[in-house]
Amino acid sequence: MDEMIYTAMTGAIQTEYAQAINSNNLANISTTGFRADLHSFSSIPIEGPGVESRVNAVVDSYGTDFAQGPIMNTGRDLDIAIRGEGFIAVQAADGTEAYTRAGDLRVEPGGLLSTGGGYLVMGDGGPVALPPNVSLLVGGDGTISVQPLGQGPETLTIADRIKLVNPDPALLDKGVDGLFYLEEGAIADADAGVKVTAGALEQSNVNTAMTLVNMIELARQYEMQVNIIKTAEENADAAAQMMSLG
Amino acid sequence: MTQALWIAKTGLDAQQTRMAVVSNNLANVNTTGFKQGRAVFEDLLYQTVRQSGGSSSEDTLLPTGMNLGTGVRVVATEKLHTQGSVLNTEQALDVAINGRGFLQILKPDGGLAYTRDGALKMNDQGELVTSSGYIVQPGISIPDGAQSITIGSDGIVSVKLPNQTSPSQVGSLELADFINPVGLQAIGENLYVETAASGPAQSGTPGLTGLGTIVQGALEGSNVNVVAELVNMIETQRAYEMNSKAISTNDQMMQYINQNL
Repeated sequence: MDEMIYTAMTGAIQTEYAQAINSNNLANISTTGFRADLHSFSSIPIEGPGVESRVNAVVDSYGTDFAQGPIMNTGRDLDIAIRGEGFIAVQAADGTEAYTRAGDLRVEPGGLLSTGGGYLVMGDGGPVALPPNVSLLVGGDGTISVQPLGQGPETLTIADRIKLVNPDPALLDKGVDGLFYLEEGAIADADAGVKVTAGALEQSNVNTAMTLVNMIELARQYEMQVNIIKTAEENADAAAQMMSLG
Repeated sequence: MTQALWIAKTGLDAQQTRMAVVSNNLANVNTTGFKQGRAVFEDLLYQTVRQSGGSSSEDTLLPTGMNLGTGVRVVATEKLHTQGSVLNTEQALDVAINGRGFLQILKPDGGLAYTRDGALKMNDQGELVTSSGYIVQPGISIPDGAQSITIGSDGIVSVKLPNQTSPSQVGSLELADFINPVGLQAIGENLYVETAASGPAQSGTPGLTGLGTIVQGALEGSNVNVVAELVNMIETQRAYEMNSKAISTNDQMMQYINQNL
């Protein structure tokens, strides 16, 4: 069979993968702090004895779009949005430190602070634990001050400070849980330059127009690959007919 | 079949849930003591199709891999316990809580429930009950023939009886507070029950230890912000449309391959 049919087939399969990445971005259009995944195609020559006969397309999720998402006001005191660059440090399910932009925080039964996804928020030394309180306030640098239960507003005390980090996004990898990890288990240092706004949430940074255009482009690309498969089939058909005439 | 179809389906599911939460908020825009709900979204697990850093040959590594997201899910629908507006009603038995805390209610099954709805009534025994007829804890009975009822900001209920010059105290309302009110489970009828996430109830005198005060002759309105909910509704609808667009595009891709091969 003509080799072109396999080349076109890998192209079609890879386009399906790219469409899946694109659909995932669209599905997460309302996920707080979500960062869009980017895809790219690269050509991988098939190496073998003799000349390189074919070059297949392979899709890569070559990274994540770290652009700032729109900030939405919520008025809830435990919603925080990072202004500009930076991440909130959280404890992943396996106990290691990971980073997220989702600042929809809540208090666990024991007073521990966690994100909406249930990951404990890291403070100065380990996960943040809050004393029973009447009201709390998250400052611009992540400092949490609380008015302890049973005391007046004059007793506002600092409970902890949310660990905010600003590692180079190029060194961050998205893990299978959607959190960001530094390569080789490294831990980022707290960065005083990262600023947060309380009472607001950062929305998903998925660009809807771009994602929809991508979707159309990928669908058309897919049709083209299918057309090549069809052409290959017609070529083979014509060849078979010619042979049968002789 | 193609993964993109199922990924887009999770998007539809999640937006549908969010629409239900928004509709419930809007439906309860006039419910006394209602607390607005919110759907919390999280991205689903990522699948590693090709590991970055894997070997592409004996001495070269793949610079990037491929992680495929599998969609979105609603992890929680949480209540936002912000203060609703206090509305004056001039009814002696209407109380609003200004600040933290919940009134304690005895459910018919003997368990305790908590509410911010202070539209209290009297039953045939003169006991203070909620609109559903559930008795307020600790129980307070208004004696027969009481001419006026006064509820102080600290919850003390006093009545003026005929032939008496000074009012007499008949009981006091207590408020219960929780470490994490967001963890309370809403069970309908404006009631919440304690869960492991909310922590145990700590009851006390209104106005003390951080609890709110009682305002007589007023009710706490719903804390739903209608404008915000309508904007939420528009956003949800458009996101739903986009995800259904993704499904139809994938459908067309499959249709094309079926028709042409």
